[in-house]
Amino acid sequence: MAVNNDKKPGGIFATEAAWCDGSKEPLCLPTGTWRTTRPILNQEKCVYCGLCYLYCPPQCIGVAEDHFPIDLEFCKGCGICAKECPTKAIVMVPEGDADGSTGEK
Amino acid sequence: MEALAKSKQFKVITGNAAAAYAARLCRPDVVSLYPITPQSEVIEQLENFHANGTLDAEMVAVEGENSAQNVVCGASMAGARVFTATSSYGLVFMYDAMFQTAGYRAPVVMINVNREPPGIHAVCSGQQDMISTRDTGWIQLIAESGQEIFDLTIMAYRLAEDFDVQLPIMVNYDGYYLSFLAESVEIAAQHDVDAFLAPLEDQPKRMTLDPGSSLGCGAHGLGAGFVELRRKHMAAMERSKEKFEAVDAAFAEVFGRSYGGQVEEYRTEDADIVLVTSGSAVGTARTVVDAKRAQGIKIGLVKLRMYRPFPKERLTAALKGKKAIGVLDRSIAFGWDCGPIFQEIKALTPGIGIVPMLSFVDGLANMDITKPSIERMVDDIHSASQGNAYQEVAWLASGE
Repeated sequence: MAVNNDKKPGGIFATEAAWCDGSKEPLCLPTGTWRTTRPILNQEKCVYCGLCYLYCPPQCIGVAEDHFPIDLEFCKGCGICAKECPTKAIVMVPEGDADGSTGEK
Repeated sequence: MEALAKSKQFKVITGNAAAAYAARLCRPDVVSLYPITPQSEVIEQLENFHANGTLDAEMVAVEGENSAQNVVCGASMAGARVFTATSSYGLVFMYDAMFQTAGYRAPVVMINVNREPPGIHAVCSGQQDMISTRDTGWIQLIAESGQEIFDLTIMAYRLAEDFDVQLPIMVNYDGYYLSFLAESVEIAAQHDVDAFLAPLEDQPKRMTLDPGSSLGCGAHGLGAGFVELRRKHMAAMERSKEKFEAVDAAFAEVFGRSYGGQVEEYRTEDADIVLVTSGSAVGTARTVVDAKRAQGIKIGLVKLRMYRPFPKERLTAALKGKKAIGVLDRSIAFGWDCGPIFQEIKALTPGIGIVPMLSFVDGLANMDITKPSIERMVDDIHSASQGNAYQEVAWLASGE
């Protein structure tokens, strides 16, 4: 791995450009903080087709044994997963109305 | 099938062909191609090389210049050596992608054949396209002749990919005057170009995209991270000035030609007055300098070879103590009512001293920069150096 040749004390990047493996702040920004609606997954309706996983723009939907967990740290609430879900297993709920549940329940 | 020459050879070729021959010798892995006058011949020639088996590269024919830049940016970040070429409308159509390539610190090498940009439709020469991408964070070099196009293209790889630089480079040359002018060009032997670029392989490897690894670039650099990267970029630009001098010297060792690095000075040492210019006009200017010298006017010439970063130190050293300075621009600085290179040289005044500085705008839209035109410039600079009143900005092509 390349070493920084112009390293300043307290620098964030070890490289010349903004290379990042997503493991360090602030390179791994919690992009879900400005979300206004959140996706709620009804697991009983999920047919495990994977379309939500494929379409999620920030790729915050992961893969678990029997469903696709949504990482709300990064979900911006765009609703594409709900739009694409063929069984309407995902619905978008306004943040203020959400009961605190996550997509992973 | 064309056989690759084992030793150097001379060919009478156009400036565009010189760029293509040089690019081939640098063994690019990926070339993106989109035609635009007067550059099209560069990529046509490269496609020809690819078709006849003498260029082993991935050739990506794209649907526009924005994609052309994004293709080479992505390929470069994956570790490839890349090449593309454009001009005018094409250059400004990739404007956002140029920021991206520079911000990612991808060492792309691109030819830009200078041509007037859109607005007043003009299929003709002019440096306004290059000037308009000044602040995209690229290194910008300017060639004067077919040989220098060839040489600068090879030097550009050595400079761009240097671990201490890691910046994209645009090699500029005047459309029509140089793109289609055929002159004798010494084509280097492959083993010499390989040897010239070999030191890059001994350097630390820059970070590259690796399929399967969770590594990305450029997504987030908010706040302090952004500022840190900008400062690194700026520092790399400053380092590239000295590096360019070293690359020029290393080039001379292998190929026997040297151009003076960031600027080339001609008869400046004992000169009272100096004319600064760039590109194809330099040849004409050199002839006029010799003629005026014969008449007893102690004029010198400074040729700008590196436009970004701006060679502040070299220019200050070359111009300090002169009695008057003229700058010939082939483009304009909107809002400043003068030429853009003149504007920047005027900013060096604290180092140079307060002397008459004259801006000459000539050669817009293929208006020939003639010997009488440059003679007039020299006379004006000389007159100003004698304490006479002078016109600060003159548009010579409009008869001023």
